[in-house]
Amino acid sequence: MRHVISLLIENESGALSRVSGLFSARGYNIESLTVAPTEDASMSRMTIVTTGSDDIIEQITKQLNKLVEVVKVVDISEAAHIERELMLIKLRATGKDREEVKRTADIFRARIIDVTEASYVVELTGNQAKLDAFIGAIDNTLILETVRSGICGVGRGDRILKL
Amino acid sequence: MVLTGAEIVIRCLQEEKVEHVFGYPGGAVLFIYDALFQQEQVRHVLVRHEQAAVHAADGYARSTQKVGVALVTSGPGATNAVTGIATAFCDSIPLVIISGQVPTAAIGQDAFQEVDTVGITRPCVKHNFLVKDVRDIAATIKKAFYLARTGRPGPVLVDIPKDVSMHKCEFEYPQEISMRSYNPVVKGHQGQIRKAVQLLLEARRPMIYTGGGVILSDAAEQLTKLTRLLGFPITNTLMGLGGYPASDRQYLGMPGMHGTYEANMAMHYSDVLLAVGARFDDRVIGSPAHFAEEPRKIIHVDIDPSSISKRVKVDVPIVGDVREVLDEMIRQLEAGKARPNAEALAAWWKQVEEWRSRNCMVYKNSDEIIKPQFVVQKLWEVTGGDAIVTSDVGQHQMWASQYYRFDKPRRWLNSGGLGTMGVGMPYAMGAQLANPGATVACVTGEASIQMNIQELSTCKQFRLPIKICNLNNRYLGMVRQWQELFHGGRYSESYMDSLPDFAKLAEAYGHVGIRVDKPADVEPALREAFTKHKNELVFLDFQVDPTENVYPMVQGGKGLTEMILSAEDL
Ligand SMILES: Cc1cc2nc3c(=O)[nH]c(=O)nc-3n(C[C@H](O)[C@H](O)[C@H](O)COP(=O)(O)OP(=O)(O)OC[C@H]3O[C@@H](n4cnc5c(N)ncnc54)[C@H](O)[C@@H]3O)c2cc1C
Ligand SMILES: Cc1ncc(C[n+]2csc(CCOP(=O)(O)OP(=O)(O)O)c2C)c(N)n1
Ligand SMILES: [Mg+2]
Repeated sequence: MRHVISLLIENESGALSRVSGLFSARGYNIESLTVAPTEDASMSRMTIVTTGSDDIIEQITKQLNKLVEVVKVVDISEAAHIERELMLIKLRATGKDREEVKRTADIFRARIIDVTEASYVVELTGNQAKLDAFIGAIDNTLILETVRSGICGVGRGDRILKL
Repeated sequence: MVLTGAEIVIRCLQEEKVEHVFGYPGGAVLFIYDALFQQEQVRHVLVRHEQAAVHAADGYARSTQKVGVALVTSGPGATNAVTGIATAFCDSIPLVIISGQVPTAAIGQDAFQEVDTVGITRPCVKHNFLVKDVRDIAATIKKAFYLARTGRPGPVLVDIPKDVSMHKCEFEYPQEISMRSYNPVVKGHQGQIRKAVQLLLEARRPMIYTGGGVILSDAAEQLTKLTRLLGFPITNTLMGLGGYPASDRQYLGMPGMHGTYEANMAMHYSDVLLAVGARFDDRVIGSPAHFAEEPRKIIHVDIDPSSISKRVKVDVPIVGDVREVLDEMIRQLEAGKARPNAEALAAWWKQVEEWRSRNCMVYKNSDEIIKPQFVVQKLWEVTGGDAIVTSDVGQHQMWASQYYRFDKPRRWLNSGGLGTMGVGMPYAMGAQLANPGATVACVTGEASIQMNIQELSTCKQFRLPIKICNLNNRYLGMVRQWQELFHGGRYSESYMDSLPDFAKLAEAYGHVGIRVDKPADVEPALREAFTKHKNELVFLDFQVDPTENVYPMVQGGKGLTEMILSAEDL
């Protein structure tokens, strides 16, 4: 099963490698991992997308909690939550492809944020499925570069992860 | 007061009441050694290899309730320390390791004796720090001691670049420490404890299984009281020996791979299992699938939530310190009137005694050749069962655990989790320094002892009168045993050729060496060592039967009830 784990961690050098080291040492999967400081610069928030049986997910959250620098851990996928990912995709845009790419971007409510004679950079935000769908809808030979941020997640309503 | 970083390090150790530091100097720690030189409170023990420094600090910690401290230089000093650190980590032993690092400006430059010590040790420490500013030293060392000794204990490493140890700042040792990200649970959940007590009272085939957590939390007294109050059978893991008096009738011996028949059968067929500070290791329960075949309710007390329901699903988890939780269990039991069902318990004990009557620990003694088990039995007799016994890894370790009966905690020091050959002598050094009046014996093998044999020199310098009992079978015995049983008797690289004359070797280092060849000489030699040479290190080199195997045995991957009791079972 796929799980989205959010955690707050002291913003100290090496903290990220403690988390990634834990996953590789214990053979857990990481689908994506994002991290950046919160409004309190002494703390970072991390979103980890992982897969595993219930037993493994239970161990993952326990092991994460055990890391001395980890302040709080929540499996936000246990209840209603929102996931978003940002993608920047550079596409070849010449001739009739130019119009086609623009139209597809519009359908997906993506924005074109860089334009040259031969290319567009398209910015698209959404859940994983939406980003995958956009890539699916574009002629593959037009794709020059894809950059995805990995997933950020937050619980809905009053489910709040804070100190 | 304005001090250098190095002086601050030493002042911090003084504030932590550290009496002994085990270490080895080098370029990156020269300022720290200089500060050490200019005071008398903290005594430095110069080992002959950094691995032994960490093991000795570890042995010091295991034999006391204190945090062991080691000091090493950068690069090779730190890498030599890694095995010691990992060994302590696997058995949850509280240590603070201070390592020197190249100057901050040189970090990342492939400088002389530079390694990423924090990176290398990250997976085998409870936590580690790189101190980049002299103003952070005091708070970091305070945190290191706090982390090492609280919660589930473990080694904490503090890496200090040379320039940081040279810089100056105002020294003030923090009195309190609080970390928002680290708050181990100590008190067990009342409701869960109530549930557990209820289960224990209703049990018909109860069993108590305890481990290193009882020793680490100094809860042997509570455990003994609770076990007697309940009248249940009890087993202690290799790490938990001495948690309950081994000579008591309720004690069934050790469980697991080389545990007793009665302990394993009672573990397996119990209907309620109370697990306390033990982690259902694969050498204890064998195959988890086989263990799960028999239905039983499990209560698990552990300070580390990640130990609970890791290998075996638990019914009543209790997160907390063993001592606190057992105290509360005792309180609830004593406050109530309910007692365990006497009739069911009597029937269960009848069954347990039947298992015990198989007498699985008997071995065939001999007048001609020394049996290793016999040496350990005699050691137990001669020391009145009251020595601190350290061990290495192999067959001798198992025989020491099986035939020396530990009635008190912190008397048995060995590497259970990592199984590190070479810990025996350094553990004995640490234990002897921590307990100057105590009788300390190291039961070892001719291979293990050679992994840190250089420490005979340290023992001379610090006049450590430890007694080394070498069960010399001329083999990597434990390896040979597996080759005999599981690899068609092909003894690939398990014969120890070209052994030194250990007695003479000991003499060369300035100690007493005694070689023992005949069974009849075992006891006299031991008596001579422990009385005539009480104040000297004695190396007893027992020439034991090279073909002897450790039984009983549960083969790796098999279930607890599938035991090989002796060679006849094969
Ligand atoms: C050659 C060889 C053979 C072996 N054969 C056997 C064998 O036959 N039988 C056997 O038992 N072992 C055997 N071992 C040892 C085995 O590998 C494990 O090291 C050992 O079984 C683990 O012991 P434990 O379960 O008590 O856990 P430990 O490693 O001692 O762990 C302690 C547990 O207690 C918890 N804890 C710590 N402090 C506290 C506290 N204050 N409060 C609450 N909980 C706390 C920890 O979180 C941890 O879960 C063998 C080892 C070797 C090298
Ligand atoms: C550092 C290390 N290397 C290898 C092993 C694997 N090993 C386990 S027991 C053993 C043999 C130990 O021989 P000895 O010390 O003579 O003890 P014996 O089994 O003969 O009593 C070996 C090689 C280990 N545990 N530790
Ligand atoms: Mg041997």
